[in-house]
Formats: sequence, C-alpha cells, structure tokens
Amino acid sequence: MLAWTIYISFAGALVAALLPSNKPVVVRWFALGVSILGLAHAVGGFVAGMGQGRNVIVDVAWVPSMGIHYLLAADGISRVLVLLTGIASVAGVLFSWNIDLRTNQFFAFYLALIGGVYGVFLSGDLFLLFVFYEIAIIPKYFLIAIWGSTRREYGAMKLALYSFVGSAMVLIGLLAAYVAAGSHSTGLVDLAHAGLPASFQMWCFPLVFVGFAILAGMWPFHTWAPTGHVAAPTAASMLLAGVVMKLGAYGCLRVGIGLFPHGLDPWGFTLLGIGSWRDVFAWLAVIGIVYGALVALAQSDFKFVIGYSSVSHMGFVLLGLMTLNQIGVDGAVLQMFSHGIIAGLLFAIVGRIVYDRTHTRQLDELEKMHLSRRLPFAAWAFVVAGIASMGLPGFSGFVAELQVLVGAWRANPWWAAASGIGIIVGVAYTWRALQKAFFSDALPTAHELESEQAHPFAPICWSEMAGVALLVACTLVVGVYPRILLDSIEPAVKALLAGGVQ
Amino acid sequence: MNDFAAGLPLLTLLTVLPLIGAAIAFFSGRHARGVALLITLASLALALFIWSRVPSDGGIGLVELHRHWVPSLGIEYHLGVDGLGALMLVLSAIVTLMSVDAAHRVHHMPGLFFGLVLILESGLFGSFTALNFFHWFLFWELSLIPAFFLIKLWGGPRRGPAATQFFIYTMAGSVALLLSFLAIFLCTHSMDFGELTAMATSGALTQAVTAHLGPVMIWLAIGVLAGFAVKVPMMPFHTWLPAAYAEAPSPVTMLLTGAMSKMGVYGLLRIALPIFGVQIAQMRVPLLVLAVATVVMGAWAAAAQKDLKRVLAYSSVNHLGYCLLGIFALAIPASGAAAQASQAAALNGAILQMFNHGITAAALFWFIAMIQFRSGGLRGIDDFGGLRKPAPIFAGLMGIALFSSLGLPGLNGFVGEFLTFRGVFPLAWVAATISVLGLLVTAAVILTVIQKVFTGPVPEHWASFPDLHSSEWMSLAPVIGLMFLLGLVPQLIVGTINPTVQSLLAHWRF
Amino acid sequence: MNYAALFHATLPETALEIAALLVLVVDLGFLRKATLQARIAVAALIGIAGCSAALWAVSIAGPYSAGNDLLLSAGGSAGVAQVAILILTALTLLLFIDTGFTRNPGEYVSVVLMAVAGGLLISAAQDLLVIFTGLELLSLDLYILTAFNKQSGKSAEAAIKYYLFGGMSAAFLLFGFSYLYGISGSTSLHSVILGTYRALGTGTGPLLYLSLVMIAVGLAFKVAAVPFHLWAPDTYEGAPAPAAAFIASVSKVASFALLISIGTASWHFFDSSPGTVYVAVVAHLPGTPASRPYLDFRSGWMLILVVLSVASMVFGNLAALAQSSVRRLLAYSAIAHAGYILLGLAFFSYSNTSAKAILYYIITYGLTTVGAFGVVGVVERAAGSDRMDAFLGLNKRSPLLAAVLLILFLSLAGIPPLVGFWAKFNLFAAVLRVGSGRMPITLVALAIAFSAVSLYYYLQVLKRAYVMPATDETPIRVHPVTLTLLVVIAAAVVAMGCFPSLLQDWIASFYAAM
Repeated sequence: MLAWTIYISFAGALVAALLPSNKPVVVRWFALGVSILGLAHAVGGFVAGMGQGRNVIVDVAWVPSMGIHYLLAADGISRVLVLLTGIASVAGVLFSWNIDLRTNQFFAFYLALIGGVYGVFLSGDLFLLFVFYEIAIIPKYFLIAIWGSTRREYGAMKLALYSFVGSAMVLIGLLAAYVAAGSHSTGLVDLAHAGLPASFQMWCFPLVFVGFAILAGMWPFHTWAPTGHVAAPTAASMLLAGVVMKLGAYGCLRVGIGLFPHGLDPWGFTLLGIGSWRDVFAWLAVIGIVYGALVALAQSDFKFVIGYSSVSHMGFVLLGLMTLNQIGVDGAVLQMFSHGIIAGLLFAIVGRIVYDRTHTRQLDELEKMHLSRRLPFAAWAFVVAGIASMGLPGFSGFVAELQVLVGAWRANPWWAAASGIGIIVGVAYTWRALQKAFFSDALPTAHELESEQAHPFAPICWSEMAGVALLVACTLVVGVYPRILLDSIEPAVKALLAGGVQ
Repeated sequence: MNDFAAGLPLLTLLTVLPLIGAAIAFFSGRHARGVALLITLASLALALFIWSRVPSDGGIGLVELHRHWVPSLGIEYHLGVDGLGALMLVLSAIVTLMSVDAAHRVHHMPGLFFGLVLILESGLFGSFTALNFFHWFLFWELSLIPAFFLIKLWGGPRRGPAATQFFIYTMAGSVALLLSFLAIFLCTHSMDFGELTAMATSGALTQAVTAHLGPVMIWLAIGVLAGFAVKVPMMPFHTWLPAAYAEAPSPVTMLLTGAMSKMGVYGLLRIALPIFGVQIAQMRVPLLVLAVATVVMGAWAAAAQKDLKRVLAYSSVNHLGYCLLGIFALAIPASGAAAQASQAAALNGAILQMFNHGITAAALFWFIAMIQFRSGGLRGIDDFGGLRKPAPIFAGLMGIALFSSLGLPGLNGFVGEFLTFRGVFPLAWVAATISVLGLLVTAAVILTVIQKVFTGPVPEHWASFPDLHSSEWMSLAPVIGLMFLLGLVPQLIVGTINPTVQSLLAHWRF
Repeated sequence: MNYAALFHATLPETALEIAALLVLVVDLGFLRKATLQARIAVAALIGIAGCSAALWAVSIAGPYSAGNDLLLSAGGSAGVAQVAILILTALTLLLFIDTGFTRNPGEYVSVVLMAVAGGLLISAAQDLLVIFTGLELLSLDLYILTAFNKQSGKSAEAAIKYYLFGGMSAAFLLFGFSYLYGISGSTSLHSVILGTYRALGTGTGPLLYLSLVMIAVGLAFKVAAVPFHLWAPDTYEGAPAPAAAFIASVSKVASFALLISIGTASWHFFDSSPGTVYVAVVAHLPGTPASRPYLDFRSGWMLILVVLSVASMVFGNLAALAQSSVRRLLAYSAIAHAGYILLGLAFFSYSNTSAKAILYYIITYGLTTVGAFGVVGVVERAAGSDRMDAFLGLNKRSPLLAAVLLILFLSLAGIPPLVGFWAKFNLFAAVLRVGSGRMPITLVALAIAFSAVSLYYYLQVLKRAYVMPATDETPIRVHPVTLTLLVVIAAAVVAMGCFPSLLQDWIASFYAAM
C-alpha cells in the first residue's frame, strides 16, 4: 500500500506536465486529487503497520550483477515520515491554489518532488535511496527558479548546488561502503550486517553524515536554507522546510547511524572536550540551535525569521540523533514530524496568506498594516502556529523537544543546557515576529484607514482555511496524544540503535 | 444520583466544556456573550456538583487516571480533586460567570473576546484538577495566552507594554518551573504530584536528587517558588501587576485577580509545600520577610494610588500577601498539638482567604467597571464625590464589598484573615505583628476610598449619576449575598476543606 | 597472408567502403537534378544502409591473426564498440537530414562512412601498425568533416587547428610506437608488452617511459584529454552539427575502445600464470632489490593515465563554468567526461569489469551527446547562434525540445534515474573494486566532487530554457525525423537509466561469447 504513494505521485507528475497550461483550475484539482490519494495511502499504510516492525513491501532484483535491488521497506520511522509527507503535500497543494503561471509545470515538478521524497523514506536499498534522494533535487531547483520571489535564481542555484554537493559526498560513501562490503549488495540491511571495519567507518561516517546533514541544515552548512526558503514560492518553502530537510535528517539516521555506528565511537583522544564524531556533530547541532535562534531574532524580513527558525529546529533533530539514546532519538523523529507540520503552517501563513496580499515581508512595514484587524485569520493562525513553534505544551513540539532535552541531558548535560537557551530565544523571536507583524500597538491614522478601505485585502479562500485547519489539527492531535506516533517510532528506534538497520 | 455520576469523567467534562463553548463562541458574533453566559452557568453547576462529591475524609476524589500518555517522559493523564481543588473550581466558575456578566459592552470582536475568556476558564479548571506535572503545566501555560491577548487587544491606552510585561514575567516564571521539574523528572522518572509528595515525605526525593545532580535541591525549590512568586504575586516579582490590572478591561481584571492569581497560591499548596517542604522550611525566614513585605508594601502602595483600579490592584497584592504569610508560617518542622492546631488554622485561613478575596476583588472590579462606564472613562479617586446621593444602591452594595475587603466581621473577608492571623501568631509572631500594619493601612485606604467617592458634597456633574439598573443589581445580589453568607456561616466552606487541610498537613513534611 | 581470412575479418569495413563509393556514385551520377533535401535524404539513407550491412557483418566477422600475432580481434570490447559505433553513426546520419550546411551530401556521407571504417579498425586493432592506420583513416576524415561547412569561417579555422594538432600528435604516436618496436621487436600488441617486460632488466626503463608518454600524447589527443585538448572547443564549435555529433560520439567510442585494448593487453599475459612472469622478471634485474617496483609498462601507463584523468576532470569542469557558447560548453564537458573514463582505464581490472563499465559509459555518453548536438543544431538553425541566450524560452518555443534537452543535460550531469548517473556509478564502482588503498577512493572522490560542479553549468543552459523569460517567442519547427530521433534518444536515456541491466547484459553477452 505504501509503495503506491510513490507511483501515484510520479504518474501524477507526468500527467500534470501534459495537461494544458491554460486551464489552471483543472490542474489544481487534479493535483489535489493526486496528493489526497497519496495521503490516503500513507494513512492506510501507517494504520496497517501500527504495531508491526519492519515490513518489506517490494523486493525485485534491479541490477543483479551488482547486487542492487529495488527494495522498498518500511519501519515505524518510515511510516511516520511518509505520513508527514502526505499531509504536507496536501497542504502544499491547498496553499498553491492561486498559482496561475504555468500551473501544469508547477504541479508536475511538485508531484515529482513528493514522489522522490516518498521514495527516500521507503527505500530499503542504499542505491535506491540515493536515486530518490537525487531525483528530488531538480524539481526543487525549478520550483524556486521559476515561481519564486526574492533572488530566486540565486537561491535556487545555491540550494541545488549545496544539495548536490551533499549528495556527492553521500555517493562517495555509498561507493566506498559497497566496495568495502564486498560488492555483493547495496541493501541497507546487508550493508549494516557486512561488518565494515571500524577504521573504515571512522572516516566514512562523517563523510556520509555531513553529506546528509547539509540538506538537514546543520550549521555551518545551512546557508542555503534561509536564502532558499525565502526565495521559494509558498508550497515549495513548506515542502523544503517541512519535508526535504527531514530527508537529510532521515539519511543521517538511517544511513549514517544505521550503517556506520562505529563511526561514533570515541577517537581515543580529546581535543577541547571533543572526543568523537558524536561530540563534533552534537556541538554543531547545538550551535545551530542557538545561532539559528539568535539570527532569527535579528531579522527584518518575516520569512527570514521563519527560515532561520527552521535551522534552529532542525538543530534539535540533529542533537536528538546524536544523543544515541532511546528517548533522544525518539524525540528527534517526533520533532521531524512536528517541525514538518509547524514549519509548513508558518510558511503558509507568511507566504500565502500575508505576502500574497500585502506584497511585503518587511516587519517594519507590516507593523503599519494593522493585520490583526484586516487579516484576523492570519493573525490567529499565526498565534497558534507560533505557540506550537515555541514548544508550548499541548502542541507537538513540546513533547518532542522535551524528549530531546532529556536525551541530551543523559548524554552530556552541557548540550541540554545550551539548547535550553535556544528554546528561550525561540520564544523571543516568535513573539517578536508575532508582535511586529500582527499585533502592533499603533492605532491606524485616518490616512491609513482611507487607504485600507480603498485597497481591501482579498478574502481568505476555502483552500487556505482547509490547509490551516489540516495542519493545526495535526499538530494538536500529536501534541495532545503523542503516542499516536510514538508507538510506531519507539520500537523502530530501539531496533535501529540495537544493531544495524534491523 | 450517586451511581449515575459515578462513572462519568466529571473533571475532564468540566475542563472540556469551556473549550467547546469557546469554539462555539468564536463564531457567534454578537451572541457570544449569551453563549458564554450559558457555558459559565453550566460550569458553575458542574463545579458545585463536584464540590458536593468531594470525599469527606479530605483525600483526593473523583480520580481519573490513565497511565500511558507519554510513558517515556512520565506523563500520565491524572486528574483528581480534594476540598482545596474543588473550592478553587467553584471559585473559578463564579469569577468567570461574574466576569462574563460584567462584560456586556464588548463591541469589538465579541466572539473572540468571549472565546478567549472561556479558554482561560478551561485553563483554570485544568490546572486545579491536574495531578501530573505535564497536565498541570499545560493548563498553566494555556491560561497565559488568552490573558495576554485579552489585555493586548481590548485594554487601555498603555496596554501594549502592560501585556508584554505580563507575558515576559509569567513566561520567565514558567521556565523556572519547567526547568526545576525537568530536573526532578530526570532524577526520579516521575511527574506525578502524589508520588513526588510521598517521596518527599519519606526523604527519598532529596536522596534521588542529590545522587543524580548533587546538592541542588534548594535551587530547584527556588526555581519552583520563583514561578509561583511571579503569579501570586510576591514581592519583588509583582511589578507586572499594577499595569496589567489597570490596562486590562475590567472583566479581564476580575479574572486576573479573582482566579488567575489563585493559581499561584494553589500551586504553592499543591506543589511547592508538599514536594519542597523541607527546603521551604529552611528558607522560612526570608520567605516570611517577603510575605510580610508583600502585605505591608502592598497596602502602602495602595494608599499612594490615585487610580481606583491601581488602588485595588495593590490591595489585591496585599490581600494575597496574607495567604503567603499563612503558607510560609506553617512551614515549621515537627511540632506539638498546639502548633499543629495553629498550622491547621493558618492553612484554613489561607484557603478561605483565597476564595473570599477572589469573590470580593472580582466584585470590586465589577463595581469599578460600572463607575468607569457611567463616568465616561474616569476612574480616579479624586474624580468623584458624594455618589451616595444620586446612586444609593450602588453605594450601598459597593460599600459592602469594600468593607468585606477591609475585613469587617460579619462579611466574608474577615473570616479568612482572622483564621490566618490566628494561625500565624503562634507560629511567627514577629511576622504577624508587622503584618497587622497592613491591616491598618488597608483599613485606612478603603475608608478613604469610601469617603472620597461616596461621601461628601456632590459635584454638579455627578448629580445625575445613574444608579444600578435592575439587571445589574440582580446580577450583583447573589455575590453580595454570598459575601454575607460566608461571613456569617463560614462552616459552609470550612466544613469541606478542613478535612482536606488535616489530610494535607498529615502528609507534609518540613 | 591468408587473404580470405583477412577479408572475412574486415567484412564490416568493406561494407562501409562499398557504401561510401555507392553514395558517391548515386549522388553524383543519378541525383544531379534532384533538390538538396532529396539528395541529403538519399545519401543519408544509403549511409544508414551501409551501416546496417556493416552491423550484420560484425556479427559474422571473426578475428584475424597473421602467424602468431593477433592483428584484429572480434567480440568482447571490439564487438561492443563496433556495434555502438555503427548505431551512433546511423543516428548522426539521421541528424544530417534537415541540415543545410553543405551542397555536397554525397561527399559528406562517404567521408563519414570512411571515417567509420577507420573507427571499426581501431576498435578491433591489436597491432601497432593497424592501430596507426586506422587512427589516421579516422582522423583524416574527421578533419575533412570539420571543414565541411564552407560558409563558416569557424569551420575552416577549426579544421586547420584540428589538422595541425592531429598531425603532430600522430607523429608523436608513431614515434612512440617505433620505440616500442625497438624495445620489444614486434608490432603485435601482446608481443610488444611482453617484450617490454623482458627488456626491463636491460636499462630500457627511460626509453619505455618516453615512448609511453609519446603514445599518451597521441591517444590523449584523440580523446581530448588535458593538456592535449586544445582542438576540442574549436572543433565542437566550428564543425557542422552532425559532424560535431559524429566527432563527439563515434571517435570517442573508437578511441576508448583502443585504450581498452591496450589496457586488456597489458594485463592479458598475466592471466595464464598470475604473478610468476612478473616475479621472474623482477628477480632478474641486476642490482635492484626485489621489493622496489620497477617502472614497468603497467605502472607507468597507469601513472600517465591518472595524471591525464585528474587534469581533464579538473580543467574540463572548471573551464566549462565560464562558457557562454553551448557548443564550447559541451566540448569542455566532453573533456571532463574523458577524464572520468581515463580514471577507469587507470585502474583497469584483470577481469573485464572495467572494460564493461568503460564501454557502458562511453556508449551512453555518445548517445547522449548525439542527442545534445541534435538539439543544439535545431536551436542554432532557429535562433542563429549557439550562445546561451539562443536557448531563452525554449520551453515556450518548443516544449518537447526543451524536455529532451532537460533529460539529456541532466543525464550528462549524472542525475538519477537517467543513464548518465548509472554510467558514472558503474564506472566508479569498478575503479574502487580494482584499486585498493587511499589513492582510488581519493580520485573517485575528486571525480564525484567535480561532477557535482558540472551541475552548475548544465543548469545554466536549462535555466535559460525554462526559467528566464524568452526574447523571441516564435515556435520552433522541428523536422519530424529529427524530432523523432531526439525523442527516441531521450526515451532511451530514461529507459536505460531506470533499467541499467538492459545495456549491461547486452555488453556482457559479447564477453560471454568470447
């Protein structure tokens, strides 16, 4: 069932490319249908897989002479992330309802990207994972370059090149691991059990980890993220921050930690308190958390605030992965889901609901627009999204961040302390953006009132409301009853940490 | 009747009801107030029903326990009330009802206003019934957001900075609370208040914390106290209060003073004293100093104010100081029967004071709202005079409320203060003596208010000051009646909370 | 001399020569009065027929030995290369239809066919003189093809440069061959290499090394490896589109097939008794400790190839970044791709893993390049130049063409699931399986890194096709044959990328039959 998510998306992409470009309505509804179908399969697969371990979905010999199989498999982590992709894809389509330029190509690239993402999460073969990982790069480029806004060509190229460099690093690691394991197979389980020597893992792990972490937005390789997110059209930035960055984190977990666990062993010497790759990447993650938060606090462009907040939240994910204990990694996976939803919501509000109407993202200008009166839906949606982003209890971020903090504490209390600072700064920048953009204190002058009435904002249309409702519902449900996901995540993480990919 | 209600999750129902009401109210536009009135009346009925079902032995009843919410973090769905909790539920319901009743002139986005009020009510109910830290913290934070927006969007001219200050102070306190409890969780793997109390009583808690983290128990206690100190508020963390109370619209101020401040005191009673009793006993002297300061400085500051709302705001600080006094005074290690009796008195007094002050302060701010409306926005103490003549009923009812606040015997304000002093004098006579100053100054303040506003010659422009409408004094009559009732027959409350007090004191270890 | 056997072995080349003559006769004799379009079409068709005949001939041709020396091999890499060359030639002839750069289509096609004959010879050659003959046959024809556009100054300039360079490098090649003959006493490849080993002890090391360098000059020129690449950008830019496509694909396939032969030969004599001959040779060296590896044919050749490979990868990719002409961009990218393949040749495997990977790479690369030049040719004819700006708004002007361009360029960049990715993966996997230690993985890392760089310049062209607004929005009309060809090539690129074992199994079948 889960495999159909991939096929439906790619088939949909192909059909969408062939639809006429002068009938955007047809294309939109088609894309919505395809993404809802994909979500249905994702939900179905998730529910069917609850309580089960790793299921192999498809296993076909692809290039038998090299031992490469078209192998799709799903464990709890994959099912959760596939679910996230389904939700994000439907929301993205809803928030792209107003795209009029070359709509057919937009949704073709969009669905191709979604298909690639589904593929990565479901791959059980490292080569196949890599293929899907790379497939996702080109649609991103075009989505941003053609339909984006600020400095879109630069942002798109930067994003594409950073992603490609990251995947090049992964390719080197993939080739090296394949050959070192005897050139028999590229299956994830096979490679994990191949007994790769510790010295090999010691250099292969950081290579592969950094390669994936570039896409996950780890400091200092994160610079593509704010530029790219700001340049991208709303649906693309929702997907980028919400789902694509999780591809990187998933790769770090599944491939980096899953295949090269000895790469995290202590080196035997310590330099300034750092004694293993685990320490290095944990500290980089912590720096990312704090740095992302501090920079977000200083931004004057609304979308940049959200972009840097994504870097900060992804830092939590990476920190959780580096704790290497059950609760920390659980928290990391849950944070992947949670942040995916919340980031999608934030970008949707900033991009689609606010920017498409006000045509500015500068906080100083928005301050004068009295948006709490003129766009109350956006204001209150952002309140909910902001609260969720801050990590207040009742929303999905709280349990995730708490688990990461507890896990970090158990691993190294300093990590927890430093990331605690990040959370506090997170409250600050979210609140600042909320205050400035929506709830400024100034009352409108007569002149402003006149111009407001002369140029009223377009009303909120049903697609925006549906999208917001979907995302808010998801973060609330997971926040109030996190076990709906944790029950799937915990056994999968346990198996992964216990030894290899299961 | 008993059997019918035995299986219902009453506490969950009570907490969820205002949330549903809020969802309806958001879309009800002009009818939002009607929806809110209905819901708050229903909540009051339910709260009274819960009050009647509290176990008579003082233990925790109406328990709802579902263990596996988030097992890895020790988060369980654990609700329950004893006398103290149930009393707070009733108080919240009454105060919210009063607040909604008073808010009949909200023209700007009424749906949103009443929705937020109902969410706040839900937050109150949730935090008074929670027995697991996560659930409690969830609703503690949940009440913060609507309060912030209620101040920010419907408040007075300087509402922006007031709301900001309110938010930041309370957030900072919450962070301190969260960190302390995280530390406790890391050492004990439990977030359950009952379990932690038992561990604290047996000494296991300190052992566990010291083993995992070192001698930081005292710091954790300070963190927790800081969180509550901001909410109550206790000097010197009170600086957010006057601005917030003054700038908030009066119905919101009623909620703030009537119910939200009690969250802080309740927290001290449910969380701080049971779990950190030993540490509080170690810090008893500085804490008493702060409590006394709260009492005295609150009163002095009230005396210096010219804005009626600020007078009452500082007066609230003063009144809550008595609660703090009682709470910190009883934190003495093992004691004889006399001391125990005093402890019981102090605790009873503090709890009673919570309830009574809630009702009285809410009523007073309601009266201020009415004055403000009738005067076209004026509420300075010197703006009025001789209102007794044109508005005798108004003056009469407000006078009763003011006297209750002063602590006149026969009215409800007296009982709480009396019991508190009765308990504190034997336990901490220095603190009690100095606090009497607070009583005296408060008396002076209130009498001044009465004199300046109601007595004396009537200025020209107030000659036609409208008196209370029938609808208004019908809404107020039950409240005033309650003040008399509880002043004359405090047993109505004490009867149920005394067993709880005894039970609590039995479990606390200092 | 067994002329019957020789004739049997060279059946494909004969078929091509006959077709070449036939084309001339038909065009100059019978079609004097026909329109240019018709003449071109007929010439192309005859050329394709000739290729088909040669294809059939390849399947029945056998190897040819004179005495003990193998002169021409069949099957294995020779067979694969020959079939690929013939198919690619047919495709470039199809591209020739719808062009208008020459009024002498008969001559064009016959020159092409003669060049193909040379290419076939090179692919199968196992003797130094046969190699040289075939190389010259191919090269001379290529010089002519480059100059075929008499209306373009660039075409003539490019041809002159190509010719001068080519002549010089042919001289180097021959000189190197002569030293090899001197050292080993034979011109048959296997005997040559064996002879160089036997002669190691007699102080011929420096001479061997010198000859290897000179041979490398000659062969590196053919594959456009740095620093012998200077002809490539001008030739790719100046030659008419079908000719450029031919040069970029067929001559590369032939040249790399030759390099594979050399590589295979240098390993070949090991397979009978692994290690013993080598050890025996080393033990005989006077005054040298046995552990010190003497600079022999294999290690010297390997070192040269590594240097050429790294230089090509680095320089090719970096130079391509700065190009504004799409043809020159393709030229530099060709240099880069040559660099990757040279890496595969440097770490050549004893089994035929490397050979198969290299063949896979060069065949798919050739196919993609033919398609790329097809698109470039169409755009050039419509927009008048091959600058980047000529591609502006291609998506609007001809969506199908833009889609083909997208697929082909992404394949060149190495994006899955297109065949270019698989070719690279396969090649690098082969390199790593053969070489052990830090050197191969470092070089592969370098190759992959620079391959990542290449995405930038491919995207520049695609950006103009898809993203940037068009300056001229008139639709481009593409000849149906060309369009069909391009779509088929694009579809093949996608299909072979999704199902790599198709081509792999086909290549393996040649080796299995050997």
